[in-house]
Amino acid sequence: MANQATMHEKDLQKVTSSQRVVSILVKTLLYAFLSLMALIVVFPFYWMIISSLKSITEYRLPIPTLFPKEIIWHNYIEAFSAANLDRLFLNTVYVGVVSTLLSLVITVLCAFAFARLEFKGKNALFAALLGTMMIPGELFTITNFITVNNFGWIDTYTVLIVPFLVSIFYIYLLRQNFLQIPNELYLAAKVDGTSDLKYLWKVMIPLSLPTLISITILKMMGAWNSYVWPRLVTTSEEMRLITNGLRDAFTDMSGQANVPVQMAAVAIVSFPLFLVFLFLRKYIMKGVSRSGIKG
Amino acid sequence: MDDNKKTGGWFTEAVLNTFFKEWVWNTFCVKWFWKSFCVNLVYKKFDKWKAWIYLVPAIVLLLVFTVWPIINTVRIAFLDGYSILGEVGGETYSFGISNFLDVLDEYSGFGEALKNTLWLTFITVPLSTILALIIAVCLNSIKPLQKFLQTIFFLPYVTNSIAIGMVFEAMFNIVGLGTSDPSFGIINNILGVFGLDPINWININSSYWANMAVMIIYIVWNALPFKILILLGGLQSVNKQYYDAAKIDSTPRIRVFTRITVPLLSPMIAYVVITGFIGGFKEYSSIVGIFGDDMQAVGTEHTLNTMVGYIYDALGNNEGRASAAALILFAIIFVVTMINLRVSKKKTHY
Repeated sequence: MANQATMHEKDLQKVTSSQRVVSILVKTLLYAFLSLMALIVVFPFYWMIISSLKSITEYRLPIPTLFPKEIIWHNYIEAFSAANLDRLFLNTVYVGVVSTLLSLVITVLCAFAFARLEFKGKNALFAALLGTMMIPGELFTITNFITVNNFGWIDTYTVLIVPFLVSIFYIYLLRQNFLQIPNELYLAAKVDGTSDLKYLWKVMIPLSLPTLISITILKMMGAWNSYVWPRLVTTSEEMRLITNGLRDAFTDMSGQANVPVQMAAVAIVSFPLFLVFLFLRKYIMKGVSRSGIKG
Repeated sequence: MDDNKKTGGWFTEAVLNTFFKEWVWNTFCVKWFWKSFCVNLVYKKFDKWKAWIYLVPAIVLLLVFTVWPIINTVRIAFLDGYSILGEVGGETYSFGISNFLDVLDEYSGFGEALKNTLWLTFITVPLSTILALIIAVCLNSIKPLQKFLQTIFFLPYVTNSIAIGMVFEAMFNIVGLGTSDPSFGIINNILGVFGLDPINWININSSYWANMAVMIIYIVWNALPFKILILLGGLQSVNKQYYDAAKIDSTPRIRVFTRITVPLLSPMIAYVVITGFIGGFKEYSSIVGIFGDDMQAVGTEHTLNTMVGYIYDALGNNEGRASAAALILFAIIFVVTMINLRVSKKKTHY
């Protein structure tokens, strides 16, 4: 018996030592591959930042430098004025904040009705709403464009805010969260004579704060990144949003353009998104992993 | 007699009205009615209606900006040559399918848009899915630095697709054209390190496939984070017992990957592929980011327009054609999604 046990241990050691060599090799390959991919993923950001700090002559060197010899902050000031970014920045913040606030109120009320209240045709209505999520947004855009024309909303903030206030995806997300809150809490609040609105404000909203934050971030990012709709429904430059300004200001593709200034403008637009990514990443990841929707 | 009757009639009527009717009405009917009304409305009926008060803002907006567009877009797709300017001008349109015929006409540019979209979708979706799957599996099998690398791979998700498209444009573009010493751009410089000849990616006389390659690289780069996130999430919820069993049988890694990882991950792969196809058919802003509104590389003949780009081009002068194209796009997405679902139902193991 004792003999058998030692044999078994020997075998085990032999296997592990040969396996260890393989596993170290595999680990090295894994890390090498992942580092290479990570490098590729990060490279455009790196290139954007260092290009934005170079002088135009340095940028045009036949053998590009990987770090600016002389850091030119002036590119950023130039970018701000070239693309009218200050005005567009304020526009975007205004549209983003107002539409997020209104959207949150509407979404919370709607999700509450679908999660807690009883009414006729609740499930049928909810299923119908979910069904519309399959339809590509361009189909809505056409008629919405006609509608806002008829309303005379062209070139106003209203047109940038109102058509996208209700998102069925956000309602769905929040309803799922509300449903997780035990119904006993609601009944207890009813017994104590708490009104629905107070219950919503004091219990439901604090308990589903992570989802609300996710919605806020996605909505703000949506305003920040929206390009097509503002371009369609605004005629004056002053009413556009920041992404429009960015694209319209730098259309020279001949290779003669002042790329460092252009990259500075791109960096200005990307910077708030980096901040969001740094500090609020987990909320985005949570929201995203439950959907396929960007912004 | 008649007078008497009249007076009598008037008298009784007055009595009835003033003393009897009103009194009875006030004391019984009104009180009872009011009471039941209050009880019903406030405590019972109102409860039923209360939900609708919460729903009103959402429903009103949805009716105007979601439900009506579905109806109206279908309607104007079947109105011959509909345009908003024409309608404001009092023109009337007859029902017909000429919008669809216009779209399918070889000179309308829809064919090219469709071709570009199909190429982009059918190349980028498999490519990004396979790459994301490999990266996710690799990430899942390492311990140190896992969180750090995961964060880096998620970075492209939180970006502005127009802005980063411009970065890609700069990276592939020729630098300093017209100056005494132009260079081929950073990507060509990197290729040069490996001894490869520079490629004319997006400049004058660049080829169709060079342009396409830039778009494919950008779209795959942009699509990776979402796919890695979903696939890694799926991998981390896989029961470890399967892998332990494979280890005991000393199954080779490739076999573990094809026989355990992929089948167990198939629902997530199906999800990623389906959303990838839907996103691919709606590709637009990443191309605007690289090539600008014209959807064309400067100094080239071929257009790089996509189906969504085609719709937006038609919008503003010919809404009927835009609607028809949007319906065709919806039909294509619907069919491809259905095929995807059918295939994944057969291949998916839950």
